[in-house]
Amino acid sequence: MRKLKHGKLTGCADACCLKLEGLAVRLEGDEILEDVSFHLHCGEIAALIGPNGAGKSTLFRSILGQIPYQGSITFAPAGGPAIRLADGAVTGGSRPLVGYVPQSPSFDRGDPVSVLDFFTAATAKWPVWLPVPKQYRERAAACLSRVHGEELLDRAMGALSGGQLQRVLLALALEPVPHILILDEPLSGVDIEGEHQLLEMLDELRTQYDLSILLSTHDFATLGQFADKVILLNRRVLKEGPPDEVLSSPEFYDTFHLRMGRGGER
Amino acid sequence: MELWYAILSVLPFDWAQPGQMYFMKHALLAVLVITPLFGLLSTMVVHSRMSFFSDALGHSAFTGMAIGAICGLNRPIWAAVIFAVIFALLFNLVRRRSALASDTVIGVFSSTAVALGIFLSTLNGRSFTKFNSLLIGDVLSVEPAMIGVLALILAAVLVLWALSFNQLMLASVHPALADSRGVKIFWQETVFSAAIAVVVTLSMTWVGLLVINSLLVLPGAAARNVARNMAQYHLFALLGSVAAGIAGLMISYYLGPSAGASITLCLAVWFALTFVIRKK
Repeated sequence: MRKLKHGKLTGCADACCLKLEGLAVRLEGDEILEDVSFHLHCGEIAALIGPNGAGKSTLFRSILGQIPYQGSITFAPAGGPAIRLADGAVTGGSRPLVGYVPQSPSFDRGDPVSVLDFFTAATAKWPVWLPVPKQYRERAAACLSRVHGEELLDRAMGALSGGQLQRVLLALALEPVPHILILDEPLSGVDIEGEHQLLEMLDELRTQYDLSILLSTHDFATLGQFADKVILLNRRVLKEGPPDEVLSSPEFYDTFHLRMGRGGER
Repeated sequence: MELWYAILSVLPFDWAQPGQMYFMKHALLAVLVITPLFGLLSTMVVHSRMSFFSDALGHSAFTGMAIGAICGLNRPIWAAVIFAVIFALLFNLVRRRSALASDTVIGVFSSTAVALGIFLSTLNGRSFTKFNSLLIGDVLSVEPAMIGVLALILAAVLVLWALSFNQLMLASVHPALADSRGVKIFWQETVFSAAIAVVVTLSMTWVGLLVINSLLVLPGAAARNVARNMAQYHLFALLGSVAAGIAGLMISYYLGPSAGASITLCLAVWFALTFVIRKK
């Protein structure tokens, strides 16, 4: 297992840093994102908020390299030169690994896919329609133990609760351990206990592996408990900063059509 | 083939005795090759909700036969195979490019293919009846050479399954996740649908167009009733498919109905059984 050297987080010079500069995405003539710029350091959790259609998933897909974009997305390891994410160019360094936890996939209750099947299919060459050998089983169990989910190994994917499914997807995104972890709406469909567990786990992971974590959410109430930084996105970055600062900003109230307190007071 | 005849001669059936009933021995061997083939494919057809697509392929296969017959080919079945593969590729392309739902695109393709087939086969007032045999199928007419071809295809599908089943499964569960893990979804789906096209077309003559899709749906559907993981899913699908194939052929031999229909009914019974004993 790869472990990152943890530098003191004082700024871009010392810490590894994901940089988005002037990112713009057009899909079928529509401007989905324009001039999006922000930095994300390792060990940091940033929450991406914004209304539906704000371009959050598009932003993720750009970082994952799944769609063409303008502007630049680079990643600089601590003290090292920046590496372009799209092709690993500039330094010739290897591309940083991006782990991705998608919005919950749709499993039917009766889907004959066990957690072990799902894990092995995604991480190994062994065809899962044959009984899975011990070595892959042990590896999957080790990965699941990172999210305290060893006991889920033989459960059917369709029978998992929202929180359990998120943990399995998270374990998958951590194999191999990435530099940057992206989670698309990890808290939707998860109950309060599951949410708490998941957020604690993210906190644990970022210190253990020194990950940069970027997640999207609609749950503003918990932002203050886990996010170092909140990015308010609606086609462009409207506001960026610590949770309380963004959540009390006029931009936040405008975007979500909230009035500043009752009758415009407060 | 001699080896196969020798193996069969130990069985206590009258048709299995040496020196006679070769058509039945061929048919049994063909069933033993076709049913695992369909059993394997059915797991993925059901898993990725492609049963309507495979149904449409059967229709296009018939159109391919009509085209082959018009071109005066000796063996119109190869024209049908090519047509079905083109049909599958075009369908994948259109589905990817269009915002329409999958079943709508299938409906467009399916009805076009059927209309084209009927148009061509009845052109100049010709009679449609010569295609009737395709609708019902006749497994007793199978030739040893064709069984060889099917065995090769079974081997090819096994290789495909070994190499790309994982990717196919991921792509059907979550395309974006599969993409983020380097799966070339379009190519995986294209190769898979082309494989279905080849298998459906080549088996159509024996199984019968009207029931062929049931072989691609029922084994997987029945196995889903009881399987808890992928290995069990494949085991039950293969077992059900092969057992129903043998049972159906026997019923067909002793009672005289079409083998394709008998096999399908056996599969339906298998489905009912698994449905009853399934855990909720």
